[in-house]
Amino acid sequence: MKKILELQDLKKHYPIQKGVFRRTGSTIKALDGIDLDIYRGECLGLVGESGCGKTTTGKVIIRLASPTGGRVYYHREMGNPDDRVDITGLKKSSFKKHHLQGKLQMVFQDPASSLNPRMLVKQIIAEPIKAKVRLKSRVLEDRVIALLNRVGLTEDHLFRYPHEFSGGQRQRIAVARAIAADPEFIVLDEPTSALDVSVQSQILNLLKTIQKTLGLTYLFVTHHLLVVKYISDRTAVMYLGKIMEVASTADLFSTPLHPYTHALLSGIPIPEVGRKKHRMILSGDVPSPANPPPGCRFHTRCPFVLDRCRAEEPALVKVGKGHRVACHRQHEIDLLIPKNHNHPNPEISH
Amino acid sequence: MSHRHPRLRELRFTLYRIFRNPSAIIGFTLLLFFTGVALFAPQIAPPKYAHNPYMMPHKGYSPTPKPPSASHIFGTTAGQYDIFYGAVWGTRTAFKIGLFVVGIAVLVGITLGSLSGYYGGIVDELLMRLTDVMWAIPTLVLAMAIVVAFGRGLDKIMIALALVHWRWYVRVIRSEILTLRDRDFVQAAQILGISDLKIILRHLLPNAIYPVLIIASMDMGSMVITASFMSFVGLGAAKGYADWGQMVALARNYIIGPPDDPLKFWYTIAVPGGCIVLFVLAWNLIGDALRDAFDPKLRRR
Amino acid sequence: MTKLLETIDLKTHFYTYEGVVKALNKVSLVIDQGQTFGLVGESGCGKSVTAHSIMRIIQEPGRIEGGKVIIYLGEKSQCASIDLLQQSEAYMEGLRGNQISMIFQEPNAALNPIMRVGDQVGESFLFHRKKEMCKKIFEALCAPKNNRFHPLKKFQQIVYRSAARNPDAFVLRTMDMIPLIRRWQNRLKKEAKRRAIEIVGRLGIPHPDQIVEQYPHQLSGGMKQRIVIAIALACNPTLLIADEATSNLDVTIQAQILDLLAQLKREAISSILLITHDLGVVAETCDRVGVMYAGNIVEVADVKDLFERPLHPYTMALLDAVPKLSMEGKLKSIKGNVPNLGFPPPGCRFHPRCSYTIDVCRELLPELIEIENNHLTACHWVMERKKTGRIS
Repeated sequence: MKKILELQDLKKHYPIQKGVFRRTGSTIKALDGIDLDIYRGECLGLVGESGCGKTTTGKVIIRLASPTGGRVYYHREMGNPDDRVDITGLKKSSFKKHHLQGKLQMVFQDPASSLNPRMLVKQIIAEPIKAKVRLKSRVLEDRVIALLNRVGLTEDHLFRYPHEFSGGQRQRIAVARAIAADPEFIVLDEPTSALDVSVQSQILNLLKTIQKTLGLTYLFVTHHLLVVKYISDRTAVMYLGKIMEVASTADLFSTPLHPYTHALLSGIPIPEVGRKKHRMILSGDVPSPANPPPGCRFHTRCPFVLDRCRAEEPALVKVGKGHRVACHRQHEIDLLIPKNHNHPNPEISH
Repeated sequence: MSHRHPRLRELRFTLYRIFRNPSAIIGFTLLLFFTGVALFAPQIAPPKYAHNPYMMPHKGYSPTPKPPSASHIFGTTAGQYDIFYGAVWGTRTAFKIGLFVVGIAVLVGITLGSLSGYYGGIVDELLMRLTDVMWAIPTLVLAMAIVVAFGRGLDKIMIALALVHWRWYVRVIRSEILTLRDRDFVQAAQILGISDLKIILRHLLPNAIYPVLIIASMDMGSMVITASFMSFVGLGAAKGYADWGQMVALARNYIIGPPDDPLKFWYTIAVPGGCIVLFVLAWNLIGDALRDAFDPKLRRR
Repeated sequence: MTKLLETIDLKTHFYTYEGVVKALNKVSLVIDQGQTFGLVGESGCGKSVTAHSIMRIIQEPGRIEGGKVIIYLGEKSQCASIDLLQQSEAYMEGLRGNQISMIFQEPNAALNPIMRVGDQVGESFLFHRKKEMCKKIFEALCAPKNNRFHPLKKFQQIVYRSAARNPDAFVLRTMDMIPLIRRWQNRLKKEAKRRAIEIVGRLGIPHPDQIVEQYPHQLSGGMKQRIVIAIALACNPTLLIADEATSNLDVTIQAQILDLLAQLKREAISSILLITHDLGVVAETCDRVGVMYAGNIVEVADVKDLFERPLHPYTMALLDAVPKLSMEGKLKSIKGNVPNLGFPPPGCRFHPRCSYTIDVCRELLPELIEIENNHLTACHWVMERKKTGRIS
C-alpha cells in the first residue's frame, strides 16, 4: 500500500504566557512526538480521551496549525515512494504552487458552527469550487446539485440557511463542502459525536460509500470506540500527546497489548444485557498536558506500573504485522489481564 | 425556490422580532415622521433664500422673541428667526450630521477593527495603540482646535466628530471578530485556501455586524446631541443656520423669562429642544429593539 | 414493588413563534422504589422535558397542559400520594434538592464559577436542613460539657433556639441584614461545611477538605460531575434524576461515574431516573427502560426484555442502528428524520419511518398497552400480531 502522509516526531507545544510581560512559563504539550504513517485509501482511526491531542494532530496535518517540531511529508499519488513533499512549514499561499490546494480537507465536529449561518447552502458548497476554478453559473449550479445528491440531499435544499436543517443534514452539507474541493485526504473530527444514534449510522454509511467511490483517505478522530471499530481499517490509540498503540482494527480489538487500550475497551458500555464483566476502572484523572508525567505518560493511572515505567519512556516498537505498542510490559500483558477478565469481545472466551 | 425567498423569510422573522416590542413601534413611527419632514422640507416650509435654504428667514432684528401666531406657527426666536422653519429644516441638518459622522466612523472603524482582529500580532498591537491615541483626544478640545484653525461652521464640527468617533467601532468589531475567528466555519474557509479579504468580507463581517448596527443607530441620536452642544457653546453652526442646536443657542437668554412670567418664552426652547429629544428618542428606541432582536441568546427560534 | 413516582398522561406544550410545539403527548411512566429507570430516546424526543415537567422547572414559553405527577412519599403505605402538579411553588422548592434531585449534562454550567465548591454543596444543606442544623447547634451550645467561656454564648443560645423553632422568622431575617450581627450564622455555615466535606468524602473523592476549598475551574471534568452529584445527594433524596449526566465525559471517567452511581444506589438513594441516548449505558445500569419518540412513550419494559425481545419497530430499528462490538456488515439506519413537533404526523408519530405501517397507524395514535408480562408498547402492528396470536 502506498503512503499518502507521513508524520515524523511531530510536536505541537502551546506556550502558556504568564505574568505582566507575557513571559512563556510552561508549555502545553498537546503533541509530543508522534510517528504515524497514513496509507492511501485507508481509514485510520485515532482514538483517545479529551486532551490527548487527537484533534490537534488532524489540525497540524492540514496545516491549520503549525507544528513546533517534527515533520509532515506528503506523498504524491503518481510519484515514487521517495518523492515526498515536506509540507511541515508550508504556508497556505504556497499550496497552490505545489498543486496541493484543496487536497487536504476537514469535517468538523459541531455541525452548528461549521457552516456560516449567513450563507445559503448553495454558496457554502460553491465556495470551494470557486476557489479552484472559474465556472459559468449554470455549470456551477449543476456541480453543486450533483454534490448534494451524492450526500443524500436534493435540489430543494439549495436555497436555504443552515439553521433550517437538522444536525444530520448539516453534517451532510459539511461533507459535501469537503468533497467539493476534490480532496485526497479528509480529517473527520468526531463527525458523529453531536448526532443522534439513528442519524449517526446514516452518516457513517455515507462516509464509507463516499470513500469507496471517490478513493479517499480518512483520518477518523473520535473517542467512541465502537464507531472506530465499524469504520476504520487501522486504529491508533493516543494518550497525552503520544501514541500508545497502533494496529489494524481487528487486531486492536482482539489482542490489545497496552493497558490503556484495555481500559478503554472495558469501559465501553455495551448495548447487550447479561454480559457480566469485570470492568477495569482506572484511578484518578488524566494529568494536565502542561505537566505530563515523566517516563511513560500513563504510569500514574496504570494498574501494572513498575519503577522502570516511572523513569523510562517506552518506545513504539513493532510487535506484529502492522502492530506497534509503547509499553514496557507488553509481552506480559496476557498474564496481567486474564483473557476473559474484562474483555467485551465475545470471540474470546475460556 | 427562488433566491428571494429565504432572505425574505429571514427578513420577516427579524422584523417580527424587532416589532414585538411596543417601544420599537413608537421609535419607528417617530423616525418615519422625521424622515417625512426632512424629505418634504421644501414643501412644508418653503425656503426664502433659494440659494441657501438653510438660512432661516427673519423679519427685523428685534431680540425679543415673539409668541406663536398666525404667521409664525411656533413663534420667533431672538433675532426674529422663524422657529417653525428652523425646526423643519433642522431635521435635514440632523440627518446630515448623523449620517455623515456615523457613516465615516463605521467605515473606518470596521476596516481597522477587522484587520486588527483577524491578523492579531503586531498589526493588532499597532492599530490598537493608534486607537488608544485617538481615545486620548477629547472631542470638544479637537472641535475647538479645528474651529480656531478653520473658522466656525457646522461642516467643521462634522469633520471633527468624524475624525474621532470611529474609535468606538474599532473595539466593537475587533472583539466580535476575535470571537468569530476561531469558529469552525472560518477554519473551514481557511483550509479551502480562500483569501483573507474574502474571509473577512464574506464570513466574518456579516456575522460580526450586529453590535455595530445597534451602536450606530444609537449614535445617530447622540451625534445630534453633541453637535447641538457644540452649537450651543458657539462652535457650530453660524447664527441663523437652520439647526436645532443653533436655535437653542439663540434662546440662551430667554430660557427663563421675566420674574413674573418665567415661562413666557417657552416656545424658544421647547420646540428645538423637543425636536432634539424626540429625534434621539426615536433612534434610541430603535437601537434598543435591534439589540433585543439580535441578541444571540434570545434569537433562538 | 412499591411505586415511588408515577406520571399519568403528562402533556407539555411550548408556545413558539412557529406555532405550538407539542413536546409531551400523554407521557405515562412508573418508577418503583429501589429501581433504576432508564429513559431512552434521541434528541428532541422529550426526555429532558419529561424530567423538567416532573420537577416543574419548565419555563416560558413552555407550559404543562395536563396530566398528573404522583409521588408516593412516606413509609410503606401508599396513602401519602401527592400530585406534584397541584402543589404550590413553595412546596416544590422544598421538594427539589430534598426529595427529588437532578443532575445535568454540563457540569460547567451547573456550578457557579465564582463560588467555592464546598460552599455550593453547603448551600443545599443551608436551604433544606436549616432547622435541623440549628437544633443541633443549639444542643451543642447548651451542653454542660462546653466549659469554654464565650462572651456571646448566651446570645447565640437564644438565637439558635429561636432559629431551631422557625428558621425563617422575620427577626432572624432582619438580623441577617445587619453587618456585624450577621455573624451569628458562622456556626451554621461551619456545620454546613462539615457536612459538605463528609458527603464529598463519601463519594470517594480524595482529600475532601482540600477539594472543598477549590473553585470549579480548578477541577477536572469528572471531578466537577462528582461535585454536582454531591450537591444533588446532600439531603438524601429518594429520587435522583440524571439528565444525560455522563454524555460529556470521557469513556474512563464515565465508567467511574456509573460505578459510583451504582454504589450509591446500594447505599443512599432509592431510585434513579437515568435519561440518556446511549443504549450501552442503559443496558449496564438500568432495571427498567422506557423508550421515547417524538413526545410519546413507545415502549416500556424490563431491561432484559427490551434488549432481547424488543416489540416496537422504533426500538428494533434503534438497536440495529447502534454499532456493536460483535457486528458484521453494514449498520442499518432509520430512514427519514425526526418529525417537527410543531406539526407532527397524524396518528402514530413514527409511521412515516416505520417499515411495518398498517392503515390504522396513519390515523389513530396508539395507546400504551401491556402486551406481555410487564412489557408495554404503543403500536398498532404489535397489537395486531398479538391478536392473531403471533406473540405468545
